[in-house]
Amino acid sequence: MPGGLSRRAWLAAASGTAATGLVMTRWDALKATPQEASPAAADPTKTPGRFVSEVGTRAPGEQPRRLVRTLALSSSSRTPLQDLNGTITPSDLHFERHHAGVPDIAARDHELLVHGMVERPRVFRMADLKRFPQTSRICFIECSGNGGGAYNRNRMPTAITPQQLDGLLSTSEWAGVMLSTVLREVGVRPGATWILAEGSDAAVMSRSIPLDKAMGDAMLAYVQNGEAIRPEQGYPVRLLLPGWEGNAQVKWLRRIEVTDRPTMTRDETSRYTDPLKDGTARQFSFVMDAKSIITFPSYPYVLPERGWWEIEGLAWSGRGRITRVEVSTDGGRSWTDAAMQPPILSKSTVRFRHLWNWNGREAVILSRATDETGYVQPTVHQLWEARGDRTSYHQNHQRAWKVSADGTVTFGLGDLL
Amino acid sequence: MRWIRRRVGAAPIVAVTGAAFSACTPEPPAQSAAGPGPDVAELPAHAPEHFGFGMPASEDRVARWDIDVKPDGEGLPPGSGSVAEGRFLYETYCLQCHGPTGTEGPNDRLAGTGEWEQWPAGRTVGGYWPYATTLFDYTRKAMPQTTPGTLTDDQVYAVVGYVLSLSGIVPADAVMDSASLAAVEMPARGRFVPDDRTGGPRVR
Repeated sequence: MPGGLSRRAWLAAASGTAATGLVMTRWDALKATPQEASPAAADPTKTPGRFVSEVGTRAPGEQPRRLVRTLALSSSSRTPLQDLNGTITPSDLHFERHHAGVPDIAARDHELLVHGMVERPRVFRMADLKRFPQTSRICFIECSGNGGGAYNRNRMPTAITPQQLDGLLSTSEWAGVMLSTVLREVGVRPGATWILAEGSDAAVMSRSIPLDKAMGDAMLAYVQNGEAIRPEQGYPVRLLLPGWEGNAQVKWLRRIEVTDRPTMTRDETSRYTDPLKDGTARQFSFVMDAKSIITFPSYPYVLPERGWWEIEGLAWSGRGRITRVEVSTDGGRSWTDAAMQPPILSKSTVRFRHLWNWNGREAVILSRATDETGYVQPTVHQLWEARGDRTSYHQNHQRAWKVSADGTVTFGLGDLL
Repeated sequence: MRWIRRRVGAAPIVAVTGAAFSACTPEPPAQSAAGPGPDVAELPAHAPEHFGFGMPASEDRVARWDIDVKPDGEGLPPGSGSVAEGRFLYETYCLQCHGPTGTEGPNDRLAGTGEWEQWPAGRTVGGYWPYATTLFDYTRKAMPQTTPGTLTDDQVYAVVGYVLSLSGIVPADAVMDSASLAAVEMPARGRFVPDDRTGGPRVR
């Protein structure tokens, strides 16, 4: 530990973010120096421990936090990707994106109306929805605006964490009823091609969804990681569209109208459309293409010494399973297959690892994911070429980190341009 | 997929074309790997055709909840409002977030045309929104931000007319109602194209 600084202090100094909660990590704990030992560590075998409790809490030294940028009705908070492990996001750390705040809804009062081009328009209470056969799946939800902070060639960040850049990504085990089961109950009429999903928030958030997705793997989810879905994620029931952009997965769902055309709501016209360099804008760009990001080492971590370090991160695709993750430690000149840690699930995040013997010299590390369609996570140059350099949404290009000789880590994409 | 074979009234799935959307009935986007597959749960073989859960939705219930407006004007309510009335409403309810001329913010810029070259910053009503009906739908549901859903239909027509006039899309003496609003041709209407990303090796 250079200069006698404690590991925590060093990280804090390096990041300038001592109070953000970013500095205490799993890795930090492993490397904790004796002067950081808490009184509780004296000798726990000589003092009886605490009693049982009704609700557990995290260890005092493990306090990951969402990142709240601005307090506003239409705002977001981001998942601390660099502080988490495995693939499941603890429910209280699932990212948020609300367009008019989080509504307080009592499940017993909540009703879902399903109507439009159906034989039998019906109203379902939560108790009704829960009587249908239940199913579950693990999948990610990602805001399609995630990662846009690393797309502008004139403003490429350096001091940015995985949370700040890509924290609008979370993974949960969801359970509920297949939307197809509910649509079968009401009887979809011939000629129907879309549905409109409408939320019960103060923005009445609404999106049009093609009927084949609705009859495919779409779910009405009321369970998140073993308990009722959180208010921030759409309590008491949300639309779950595995692999599709988060905005379309309408929370606090109160109405589904089966239609023969899209409604052209605000959030599928003026927002969540992707301007292209030819003067057009891509609309209904639902699917999240394959993407990955290294979460360690990343800013604001510091590598205190050369030697063996395990690079790790997350990879995911909205089109199916991730089949390959490659890591480069030389700025993209050569690539090596990373190990993918089970489970490897369709439309879910997979954790990858690559054992790296850092020689102590400056290195730029990257990852790139390939999915089962053969799609390879592109470079930012490829996206600029395909869409122009001022598009927005779906910016899934490769991310890079620069490990400097002093062990500090910064976002490194700008160094490759 | 057992139940998929049995499903009632399933719509035919139409492949997307490369052309821009036709007026009001764009086809669903292509869906590589998004349709039914191994991830889709099956109902048990002995599941009934109908469970009978829930309760029938009355016409009145549907009418009260079915508040969205379609791009051809379907769903627009009776009533009307003038641009002049809309200006008063705008200055009362909207100005503090959107600025005196709809360009100053601090929230979304509303006014402006020919701003396509400034995207993504210039997602103004005049420069980017493809349908005027969307502005009515969104304003009626979600605005004003701190008291959403409180404007009357006449007031929504009026303020929508004023916002459109800020971009020069309707004249200052316009009166908006279901017919005149549905007839508005937005400058950005022809700009939108279907998603052509399909997975596979090509980057789009």
